[in-house]
Amino acid sequence: MFPRPIERASKTSRVAYQSFLPFALFLWLLPLLAIFLTSMRGSKDINTGNVFGWPTEFKLIENYYTVFAQTEAVKYLINSFLITMPSVVISVSLACLAGYALAIYRFRLALPLFFVFVAGNFVPFQILMIPVRDLSVQTGLYDTIAGQFLFHAAFQTGFCTLFMRNFITALPFDLIESARVEGVAEWRIFWYIIVPLVRPAIAALAVLIFTFVWNDFFWANVLTQGEQVKPITAGVRALNGQFISNWHLVSAASLLAAVPPVVMFFLMQRHFIAGLTLGAVK
Amino acid sequence: MQTDISHTQSSWMSRHKLEIAPFIFLIPALFFFFIYVVIPILQSLQLSLYAWNGLYDGNGQSTSTFIGLENYRTLWVDPNFWISIKNNILWLFLYMLSVPVGLMIAIFLNQTVTGIRIYKSLFFFPFVISQVVVGLIFGWFYNPDFGIVAKVWQFFFCEETINFIGNKTVKCARPVPDILSSADYATYGIIFAGLWPQVAYCVILYLTGLNNVAADQIEAGRLDGAKGWKMLWYVVLPQLRPATFIAVAVTVIGALRSFDMIAIMTQGGPYGMTNVLSHYMYEVAISEYGERYGYGSAVATVLFAIMMVFISYFLWRMYQDERRGA
Amino acid sequence: MTNTLKMKIGTFAATTMFAASAFAGDLVITFDDLNPDPKQAFEEAVAAFEAANPDINVTVNNGDREAHKSAIRNFLSANPPDVTSWYPGNRMGPFVDAGLFEPIDDLWAENNLNEDMAAVKPTMSRNGKTWGVPYSYYQWGVYYRKDIYDKLGLSEPKTWGELLSNCDALKGVGVTPFTIGTKYLWTAAGVFDYLNLRTNGYDVHNALTDGKIKYTDDRIRATFANWEEMLDRCSFIDNHASMDWQGGVAAFANGDAGMYVMGNFAVGAMRDAGLTNDQIDFFQFPEITPGLPMAEEAPADAFFIPSGAKNKEDAKKFLAFVAQADIQSKWNSAIGQLPPNSKATVGDDKFLQEGFAVVSSAAGLAQFYDRDAPAAMASEGMKGFQEFMLDPSKLDAILERLDQVQAEVYK
Repeated sequence: MFPRPIERASKTSRVAYQSFLPFALFLWLLPLLAIFLTSMRGSKDINTGNVFGWPTEFKLIENYYTVFAQTEAVKYLINSFLITMPSVVISVSLACLAGYALAIYRFRLALPLFFVFVAGNFVPFQILMIPVRDLSVQTGLYDTIAGQFLFHAAFQTGFCTLFMRNFITALPFDLIESARVEGVAEWRIFWYIIVPLVRPAIAALAVLIFTFVWNDFFWANVLTQGEQVKPITAGVRALNGQFISNWHLVSAASLLAAVPPVVMFFLMQRHFIAGLTLGAVK
Repeated sequence: MQTDISHTQSSWMSRHKLEIAPFIFLIPALFFFFIYVVIPILQSLQLSLYAWNGLYDGNGQSTSTFIGLENYRTLWVDPNFWISIKNNILWLFLYMLSVPVGLMIAIFLNQTVTGIRIYKSLFFFPFVISQVVVGLIFGWFYNPDFGIVAKVWQFFFCEETINFIGNKTVKCARPVPDILSSADYATYGIIFAGLWPQVAYCVILYLTGLNNVAADQIEAGRLDGAKGWKMLWYVVLPQLRPATFIAVAVTVIGALRSFDMIAIMTQGGPYGMTNVLSHYMYEVAISEYGERYGYGSAVATVLFAIMMVFISYFLWRMYQDERRGA
Repeated sequence: MTNTLKMKIGTFAATTMFAASAFAGDLVITFDDLNPDPKQAFEEAVAAFEAANPDINVTVNNGDREAHKSAIRNFLSANPPDVTSWYPGNRMGPFVDAGLFEPIDDLWAENNLNEDMAAVKPTMSRNGKTWGVPYSYYQWGVYYRKDIYDKLGLSEPKTWGELLSNCDALKGVGVTPFTIGTKYLWTAAGVFDYLNLRTNGYDVHNALTDGKIKYTDDRIRATFANWEEMLDRCSFIDNHASMDWQGGVAAFANGDAGMYVMGNFAVGAMRDAGLTNDQIDFFQFPEITPGLPMAEEAPADAFFIPSGAKNKEDAKKFLAFVAQADIQSKWNSAIGQLPPNSKATVGDDKFLQEGFAVVSSAAGLAQFYDRDAPAAMASEGMKGFQEFMLDPSKLDAILERLDQVQAEVYK
């Protein structure tokens, strides 16, 4: 394996490596650690300008309690879930269908349509902004949960279809061929043969789409107006405005916003990585 | 590939089922995608030929007026536009650093010591956090009063004194650099913040890629006496080509689409110097002093056109891979 | 029970319910201040309204000020509330022109507002009609550290020369003369407005914001020359471009800066930062061009009725309610601002009293650069002001660019 495995190197290199690792990790995660420390700080520290030093008092519980009690943080978190879950379910389901179609069937439009999905996933949000916002307003979906998850579901379908199609292409085709020979209906082939086989892909996509939609900021701003249906990413910005100079509270709120994707990531690491690497493995 | 069922009563449907089946599977996804992605793109392109303040009058009629290519002519002489383009180019080039840096970190982590799995997971962290949070964190770091950058600077160049009225204050021989308010350095500060999650992503890609580098080729290389850089360049990198392709593609797209961090850290300032096309469009169209939807659509169209160049290239490469693979 | 009887009972029940709901009006009010004092004052006013009108059921949407500014562009046409807060002057222009606000000349006439709010009426009017009801306005001027001034033996400057020499004295003891926070650009516009009003007067300032004179005009250049002198002798604190106005208060509170060109809403923040009334005082921005009548900045906040509102009748009741002298006295007293209704009393606070005196004797009331100039001009103008403050050598390029923008915006 590359680089030379450290076990084979001299003892000093091994010890050096093993002690350097935690230091490197510390440096790498320094911003996060700093924010975590700050979220534990009391307001006295903030007022005296001690924002990043060692806290003089630890008010972790109080800070988080203030964030929950005095702000709409709970509502924002719930909104985030309400927006993210349907987005994941819809986009992954649509992508299974579409990916299956594009992978299994040979027809002239297969590759062009596939490229439409890929390209659509890469376009800048701004080219969609005004018409999508206008559409939401006209259909009464502006400033609603549904307006947000319908858009996210539609947009993420591009990425999911790309992924699914590549995944299904790699499956052995003889399974399908033999099923067809036996006269099995197409939809049965899809449901009973393919879907069980793509379960790992579904898991990977679910985790990834959860992260992408949860962390979205742009559309949260474009498609909402009041405080009612804002997700936590836009909410953190509003909290930043509400708690001017109360860095300890804004830090606490920011970490809250970051927790679910992180938890999701830790629980489903393998799937996460499988999803992101997308064919980096041949 | 058609299973021919010679039945005098076979319907057109069952004879052509393999032709229409794909479309039945595709229709739901295509429907959503067209409504929310494809058609809006066309609508934006059209809107760039109008002047519109985004309002509908009391009768539900839009207040837009057709002005042809006027928006583009205005764009051409708009200094904010050129500043945005310049910043986009900076983002594009500097963001590419995440690919080699990601590779180096991946190589560094590609060992099997105890607990390496935890280290690997923890290195991925920055990618999982929302860019808004990353932007806030780095914004605080750069703050010239209490940020880490400021504290380090103050340690060297400033001292605590008592001011005229008797309160503690800090006086500096050289003023603390205010990175995010410096017309020259602010963009670099933001890009640096953006590199953090982007490098994490490349680390993930390359770690997976390294896992799948053929061990026998490595052994063969070692037997030939290749080591270090030679090994990397001639044996390993070629096998990492798919990972590199994805890393480059995602990094390019990410650099050009970058919005969240600029919105959070500087709002395009100071006086518009950190603007990029994505943020400028937002500023022109729906921020407080915006209201120029037609003009904004023109900016978005330019950004879209630039990205289409790259997207087309990536699609072309994918197409070639398809043909070779098929 | 026979069918006809059931039908009759059903119809009777339905009409009763309908009649009942016609009496119990639902009023939706959208507001945009989450800061503790203004939020509370608003909620108290709404409570008073509900007490006076028990049959009206009020729902309140109170959102972040910045978010409201973009939200309003959508909700006025899609699902508008019955009452919304917004700004008069040029800021209400796009909505009035698109027919999204309801004209309320009748309300003004019925409630005698044409006399009681005569000074603010021009700001509330457009295209020959009147559009909203202002509930508050506030003075701008220079807030200063009285204790530092006293310690140095300085007095409130009445002329430009006096201000400059005060600055010299402050600098001499290591106090930065002015503080500011220009991260959100409008604070720099406040400085520009006053310099322009004092250098050239109300008419020239209005001509500029109306697009009738250029930024490269000699008179405007004179304003910038004075600003440059101010930057030089009356410097502003470092790093103001990364601070919002509350951040600027910190330097003021700590005694690192002596003066702040600000609106009266800043006093609350100054008190929160630990200053007492003895330490803060206020003076009118000093005269620059001798003999020029002094106009003031007094931006007003108002309520409007969207033309798509469902319950215009009760909305008008609410607007009439908040126009009343006693309601305005109470509300503005709580938020430390001034009541537009000339019959209202001004709070017993020294700043309000002094501000009221200044504003009442003003030769004209400007609404602030970002409300007097159209949005596209304002955003470029304010960027230019911040750039000038950070690098005065760029003046020519800035002014030429502003002329270019002006030519395009005011077509």
